[in-house]
Amino acid sequence: MANIIKKRKLGRGVAVVGFGMSKFGVLPGQSNRDMFVDAFKELLKSVDKGIDPKDIEANYVGCCGAWNWETQAGVGKWCTDWVGLVPKPSTTIDNACASASVAIRNGILGIASGMYDIVLAGGTEKMTTLPTEATTLVLATGADATWESYAGYTFPGLYATMATAHMHQYGTTPEDLMYVAIKNHANGALNPKAQMNYSIAQWMEMRKQKAAKEGKPVPTWKDEMEFLHDNSANPMVAYPLRLFDCCPITDGAAVVLLVAEEIAKNFTDHPLYIRGMSQTSGRALHNRDTLTCIPGTQIAAQQAYDMAGVTAKDIKIAEVHDCFTIAEVMAIADLGFFKPGKEAATAAREGKTALNGIKPINTSGGLKCKGHPVGASGAGMVGEIWHQMRKEAGPRQVKMDVDLAMTHNVGAHGTDVVIHIFERRG
Amino acid sequence: MEQLPFTSASFDKFCSEKKLMAVKCQKCGTLMVPPRGLCINCLGDKLEWVPLSGKGKILSFTVIGVGPSNMLNEGFNRDNPYCCGVIQLDEGPRISTQILGVNTKDPSTIKIGTPVTADFVTRGSFALAPEVACVKKTYLAFRVA
Repeated sequence: MANIIKKRKLGRGVAVVGFGMSKFGVLPGQSNRDMFVDAFKELLKSVDKGIDPKDIEANYVGCCGAWNWETQAGVGKWCTDWVGLVPKPSTTIDNACASASVAIRNGILGIASGMYDIVLAGGTEKMTTLPTEATTLVLATGADATWESYAGYTFPGLYATMATAHMHQYGTTPEDLMYVAIKNHANGALNPKAQMNYSIAQWMEMRKQKAAKEGKPVPTWKDEMEFLHDNSANPMVAYPLRLFDCCPITDGAAVVLLVAEEIAKNFTDHPLYIRGMSQTSGRALHNRDTLTCIPGTQIAAQQAYDMAGVTAKDIKIAEVHDCFTIAEVMAIADLGFFKPGKEAATAAREGKTALNGIKPINTSGGLKCKGHPVGASGAGMVGEIWHQMRKEAGPRQVKMDVDLAMTHNVGAHGTDVVIHIFERRG
Repeated sequence: MEQLPFTSASFDKFCSEKKLMAVKCQKCGTLMVPPRGLCINCLGDKLEWVPLSGKGKILSFTVIGVGPSNMLNEGFNRDNPYCCGVIQLDEGPRISTQILGVNTKDPSTIKIGTPVTADFVTRGSFALAPEVACVKKTYLAFRVA
């Protein structure tokens, strides 16, 4: 695949000058367009020097399942209408769980081409309208419906198959994965917008209090590990992945405001500049040479580092795609942060990826805790980078100065990968 | 010899006859399961159907208790989970299928590298529309001896 690696650059610079997101979680009575409006309102407030919405020239909306969860095709245009942007061009983008990152990428390309100066981009997903079994089927359509899903593969099942292979090849253990969940829950507990806004220890305490209140036997887990090994508290979803290895099903929307670099300072003194970006496609599990990594991430990482003129070492923090705990283990290796195998698998256990570790990963709580509204997640990731780089992340603000950061967003089980590298100057 | 189109529908037809067939590129010799209309290796379009031995081994797997509706309809659930995975065929191609003949109640007994042979299962389709989901088809599966 080396022949597709080529140094790329934008036709002109692009910056992020605003960000907004709705609450992530189970949001009864909130449709895609309602959540999009919430995200948009927050975005308007986030622009330090203000923005007149009339100046926004185009809207790119990631959303991959509204045709089913909301019986609505092309939901982006209704979001565009509800935020007052008609008749501006509105594009709905479906790249599975990477939809919002592809939307942002297209917004960046729209500005870099010279066509637009100010673009809205992000995504939305309403996922909690159907019973779990129907949602399981909808999510399984993200894989190859004809050649994977037919076999009974669920979404967790695809990553579980990679986890089985990882354990076989590297000796990775279920406990290694549990430490990823513990770490991301610790971060999610500090994020008021996270769906699972609690540590695993806090969740255990809530479970005990609930049992006591209902007059049921109170569980006696001595620590998080004992809880995570409890089959009734943390049941197997797809062997070897358990419930707490999996992200939740989430409603939510998130948007970023992109502008041409030369006008960025009209909106804020602290823009984030796009330093590198890449997008790759990938094949079904059975058509890959390996099951223990995401090949598209490795290629995308090389392209993004090359474009940015940096290496993995230069990236201070990253929001990586952790729809399942094994996905984070593979991502931090594929991105070059840790060596594949044992070093990546034990990074969370050893605190290396913790909030103030050597390479903080998923300071937001990740998809695992923040929630994973599939069409919006990529924009949510940019939001965490936005807050951290501008030192606005509150109790979860990392101690180090973040001048260079990354978002890594995977569609399905690696069939899409989108990376953005953001730079703060001064 | 006249060839069926190199499509999933043709593969399904072979499955209904309990035959495991691959598409072979006449230019570079690459074998393909699933079938494709262009060679996965060289994009060659001179193709032919060839039978496979049906022998392979488990490359990786999972055991699922919370399945999509097509599997729930077959009686699979948390108490009766099923196994699926990626099979490495002896002739080279790999394919994702259900894996039969394993103890799904204790997945730790299922081992990567275990030899399997092709088998076929008939069940409803993977589809959202009930009118399509209820259509029974014969699917490729693999079984541990």
